[in-house]
Amino acid sequence: MCLTQHFWQFLVPGITLGSLYALIAIGYTLVYGVLQLINFAHSEVFMTGGFAGLFITQALVTAGLTPHGADSVLYTVTGLVGGAVFGAVVAFLLERVAYRPLRRRNAPRLVYLITAIGASLFLSNLAGKLFGRDRTNIPELYANDVVFTLFGAQVRVQQLVIIGTALAMMLLLDTVVNRSKLGAGIRAVAQDAQTASLMGVNINRVISQTFVIGGLLGGAAGFLFGSYLNVHYQMGFLPGIKAFAAAVLGGIGNIRGAMLGGLLLGIVESVSQSCMSSQWIDVVAFVVLILVLMFRPTGILGQRLGRAA
Amino acid sequence: MTVGELPLAVRRPRRIDPRWLRLGGWLVLGALLCVMTSTEEGTPSDHWLVVRTALGSTKLIGWLLAGAIVWALLEVWRARGLGTVVSGRTAGVRGRWHEITGGRRAHWLFLGIAAVAAIVIPQFLSEFYQRVLVDQVAVFVLLAVGLNVVVGWAGLLDLGYVAFFAIGAYTAGYFTRALPVKPPFHLNPFVILPVAVVVCLVAGLLLGAPTLRLRGDYLAIVTLGFHEIVQLFLVNKNNWTGGNQGAFGIPHFSINIFGIHYQWTLASLPYWYLFIAMLAVLVFLFDRLEHSKVGRSWTAIREDEVAAAANGVPTVKYKLMAFAIGASTSGLSGVLYASRIGYINPASFPVVLSITVLSYVIFGGMGSLVGVIVGAALLTFLPAVFQEQNIVRQEDIPMWIGAILVVMMIFRSQGLIPSRRRRRELGLAAQGVSDADAMSETPEGRA
Repeated sequence: MCLTQHFWQFLVPGITLGSLYALIAIGYTLVYGVLQLINFAHSEVFMTGGFAGLFITQALVTAGLTPHGADSVLYTVTGLVGGAVFGAVVAFLLERVAYRPLRRRNAPRLVYLITAIGASLFLSNLAGKLFGRDRTNIPELYANDVVFTLFGAQVRVQQLVIIGTALAMMLLLDTVVNRSKLGAGIRAVAQDAQTASLMGVNINRVISQTFVIGGLLGGAAGFLFGSYLNVHYQMGFLPGIKAFAAAVLGGIGNIRGAMLGGLLLGIVESVSQSCMSSQWIDVVAFVVLILVLMFRPTGILGQRLGRAA
Repeated sequence: MTVGELPLAVRRPRRIDPRWLRLGGWLVLGALLCVMTSTEEGTPSDHWLVVRTALGSTKLIGWLLAGAIVWALLEVWRARGLGTVVSGRTAGVRGRWHEITGGRRAHWLFLGIAAVAAIVIPQFLSEFYQRVLVDQVAVFVLLAVGLNVVVGWAGLLDLGYVAFFAIGAYTAGYFTRALPVKPPFHLNPFVILPVAVVVCLVAGLLLGAPTLRLRGDYLAIVTLGFHEIVQLFLVNKNNWTGGNQGAFGIPHFSINIFGIHYQWTLASLPYWYLFIAMLAVLVFLFDRLEHSKVGRSWTAIREDEVAAAANGVPTVKYKLMAFAIGASTSGLSGVLYASRIGYINPASFPVVLSITVLSYVIFGGMGSLVGVIVGAALLTFLPAVFQEQNIVRQEDIPMWIGAILVVMMIFRSQGLIPSRRRRRELGLAAQGVSDADAMSETPEGRA
């Protein structure tokens, strides 16, 4: 069997990619929960995080030298926070400039979607124009050694950093959404925006906060992804679509569903590499998406943000 | 509570006057435009080249000044309440204008004038502009007219539209033996046209069926994914599609029946007339379709899907039909394009092209045939001219397209020349009545 042969070698990269997909998918699912909008421009929030992380770490690291010890930790955290903050800023501005005027007009969903597409195209090509259209590597922030081997598969520092950070952020988000007042507001708007506003929830503020939270996670994912592969003005496109597929797989509007869907999709994608040549890997996500839509359109964990999160 | 305590209780943080915030917005916009209109491009070794040169040049002052002037004019406009004065004064003229342009007679008059102009004017243009007309304007007007059925009439968002264009083009390549994989028989491009229409129709149905049974907005992402798959297939399946090189030597159109012989060649004008004839047929058909039972069903679905279903309109069937009609129009254009250019490769059909065609439809006015034709013609002809004059880099055109989409959606979502019905629907939607699209869940349940 081709699946079992290299299973462990592909499992760890799968979980690494999957935890990144999960972080992005949360951004899609949060916005879909409160606005019923596929926020296509979220992939550009992700790209912004990558570029911000790139510039920050380039400024910190002396070229050619791999930092170690406390420096590594400090630089990684700075890059991560920088990516997250810039991602959040772009997401916030996006909502303010592009979506809020539409919401005031009660525009049809088609109009929202077209705006999102336009914003995505604009942002990615603006980045391409400003920062060049070639792939750039984020400088190494730590020696990427093998930590341990798992059934013959090597596990490296970078993979552990990515998985660990992603898991920590997801746990934090889950707590925020389920326990805090902010989370209660988000859940209320997702359940029924009109009633929520009658109960004194400031809808505009909650929507802004939702975009900011999604932007924080997306931007951080952009930095992690950029350090795992590279930074590019179109780096958001494919991970964006895949993360959306992951969000649908888990049940759109459902945060835990997005986490589960992201992890599952990353693993499936990576493990299926042992059965087909790697050029066809990108097809897997779409096939999964279409299969889910055909057989279980509500996703694995069901749809509503308000009810199931 | 004494009176003295009250101000404490209601004191709010001091807010900046919104006028200054607006000024800030205009200045930022000016700086952004200054960067966007720069003709340089950043490099991996110097990421800040564009920002530095654009914001360090004297051009910046001009843009900031322009922003400030626009802001001042708008503030005066707002303070004096000129908006209501002007709209009151021009209401009569505008009503008359809408009456004239919205009517059926004006519709046919415009199409007639456009047809005559399309036949006469290209004769007097230089070879370069003739080539722009055929390779850009004609191809994309044809595509936009097809996409208008999906976006404008059925209210669905199709982001994989150009994938069907590619399928049509590769179908032409296959049946003219230009691809590595050989067909059992060789066909004339004219015969391939209906074949490509059927192929794309089936592909459209296969793709639309699983998604359109659910929510309309899933179609957007699924079609985007479909386009990516088609791209991957074209690039990676070397022994079928020729990979990145694509296919060469697709023959031109030719007629050889009933003793009439004609062979299209590299010359632009004959192809221009072929495209125009095809466009005329399509415009006539689609215009009939718009006012037929099918078109009325699309309108019903757009305006209120639940009510339409309650009145016996099979919504899924009509959505699928619109999607498939759009797909087959795209395929038809693909055959024409492949035969005109003579070679095709995956790079001719990038994902961004689907969004570009969408922007033509939006810019012109979705749902209005005249608007879509004008929009597509303008947005293909002008960039070609700008590029020729070296005003805009070719790589920056997607950026401008994106900006146009966002600005259009915020300020004039009905487009340049809207259809009367569509304008009314968008107006109603603003008041909370009807949807003006077909993006919600199907009321018939998951079939």
